[in-house]
Amino acid sequence: MSAIVTARNLSKRYKNATALDSVNFEIQPGRIVGLIGPNGAGKTTALKAILGLTPFDGELNVLGYDPRTQRDKLMEQVCFIADVAVLPRWIRVREAVDFVAHVHPRFDRAKCEGFLKRTKLTPDQRVRQMSKGMIVQLHLALVMAIDARLLVLDEPTLGLDILYRKQFYQSLLEDYFDENKTIIVTTHQVEEIEHILTDLMFIRDGKIVLDTDMDAVGDRFAEVMVNADQAAAARALKPIDERQVFGKSIFLFDGADRPTLEALGEIRRPSVSDLFVATMKGTYA
Amino acid sequence: MKTLAGNQLYWLVKREFWEHRGGFLWAPLVTGGIFLLLNIMGIIAAEIIGARHGVHIGELAAAKQHFAGGNLQSVISQMDAGDLSHVGMALDMAMYSSMALIFVVLGFVVFFYCLGAIYDERRDRSILFWKSLPLSDTETVLSKVISATLVAPVIATLAGIAAGILQLLIVALTLSFHGVHVWQLLTLAHPFRVTVNMLGHIPLYLLWALPSVGWLMACSAWARTKPFLWAIALPVATGLLVTWFGIMGLFNLSTGWFWQNIVARALFSAFPGASLIASDDLIHTGNNNLDFMNLGNAYQLLGSVNLWVGVAAGAALIAAAIWFRRWRDEG
Repeated sequence: MSAIVTARNLSKRYKNATALDSVNFEIQPGRIVGLIGPNGAGKTTALKAILGLTPFDGELNVLGYDPRTQRDKLMEQVCFIADVAVLPRWIRVREAVDFVAHVHPRFDRAKCEGFLKRTKLTPDQRVRQMSKGMIVQLHLALVMAIDARLLVLDEPTLGLDILYRKQFYQSLLEDYFDENKTIIVTTHQVEEIEHILTDLMFIRDGKIVLDTDMDAVGDRFAEVMVNADQAAAARALKPIDERQVFGKSIFLFDGADRPTLEALGEIRRPSVSDLFVATMKGTYA
Repeated sequence: MKTLAGNQLYWLVKREFWEHRGGFLWAPLVTGGIFLLLNIMGIIAAEIIGARHGVHIGELAAAKQHFAGGNLQSVISQMDAGDLSHVGMALDMAMYSSMALIFVVLGFVVFFYCLGAIYDERRDRSILFWKSLPLSDTETVLSKVISATLVAPVIATLAGIAAGILQLLIVALTLSFHGVHVWQLLTLAHPFRVTVNMLGHIPLYLLWALPSVGWLMACSAWARTKPFLWAIALPVATGLLVTWFGIMGLFNLSTGWFWQNIVARALFSAFPGASLIASDDLIHTGNNNLDFMNLGNAYQLLGSVNLWVGVAAGAALIAAAIWFRRWRDEG
């Protein structure tokens, strides 16, 4: 199958900063891609370029369209939740459903109403009367009823409590995602999404520093807990990160030889957040 | 698929109406209601004072010239055709006056609607929601132009006509207490003509308002903050510079020309009646009665260069607003 998103030398410069620096990547259909990076790394700029919200240099192909010139066509098949609370505050649930139903050719009204039935939202309720969590429920109900091929989520759960956050991703997985859909998500709450991601992209200073699928992460990276007496031997293998826990050292290795590591101690697959911290060391320094 | 471009535009306009129901619908209705209420209170007060002092005061300014106390009916029966037409005109004037306030309100509603139309959705970031739907910027901005130049004025005009007719009935009823036959008075007035005139002015209003609507929306789409200040300050500052350096002299035009044709057209054309004031210079209606409201006279404006240059400038500014809405990056 051909890629959903293809970027070639994608660059974006603001007045005095480079947000994206000749970035290349491909996103395949049926994947859930986590685009992860520190603040100001260029995540949102990359998403904006994909959504045709900002001009850029280089080549970018999304579902066969150029987002700069064919945005109106593109948006029939692409959906996004930019942030919590971008729904207009004056709109009522009933009006929002009515409006999207009449302007979006791929919206399934019955489906949306089904999703809304599971919430406490009432048709006459206005967005300004809702809590942040309820606004996201409404937004998600609208978006999940759209049969889009690509869904872009930019910090969709920022500021929500854990119940809403869990429910958000659970709904996405159970009621929305299938092999014909692709999701790109950015978030700082890496731990909460790492088990649902199929692909991982780290971005730092406008460059993609890691682009891999989750299965490969386990093969390539390893975390080893080493006793103090063997720490020097472990350091000789050039770990990318080291931290101390209860008198033992935990080392993170990139592409090291497995049997050698096994001799040093217990091997685990590193969590995405540990990997992230190791990769981004010195970003803010 | 069921979605057609026209259908999308219809729902976009509907969306604007939902959001601005207060300005588009309730403002003219409430204004009309308050105006009528004040009128009724005024009439009652006048009746009470009149009764106390033993004088009957008619409410019509025109009728006042003809009588001071006594039976109005006898006064009217003594009038000749010319006098009667004056009574009719006064009644028409009463109708127009009840509409005037509604149109002043409409002017403010349209002005601030245009100024906020694109800025507000950027400020509260809801533009990101609208942009997540397959709606073009052109359609969206046009829906806002239609709301400002058609939806709001049509509602205000209908409210104005309703208020005018009620006003006419109130005046007629009041006079009927003074022995004048209601029907005779109503035949002197021209409610039908007034109604047609008001409806007929809507297309003129649309064309005349375009440069203002365009300018305000362009500011709304372009300004990062304080669109109101930019919208006012830019033309006024330009006007001051022009005045100071006497630039217009280069074109053999007066400084006043700049203020009247650029600054005022950019800022105040969306106020109903602005075209009437301007057309006083542009076309010569001659008489000092209500003939200037008649469509035959009003539509002479279509022959003026000022109108069409304004329409062209408005279209260019609307195109700019569309471009800014498409590409303005909030960062």
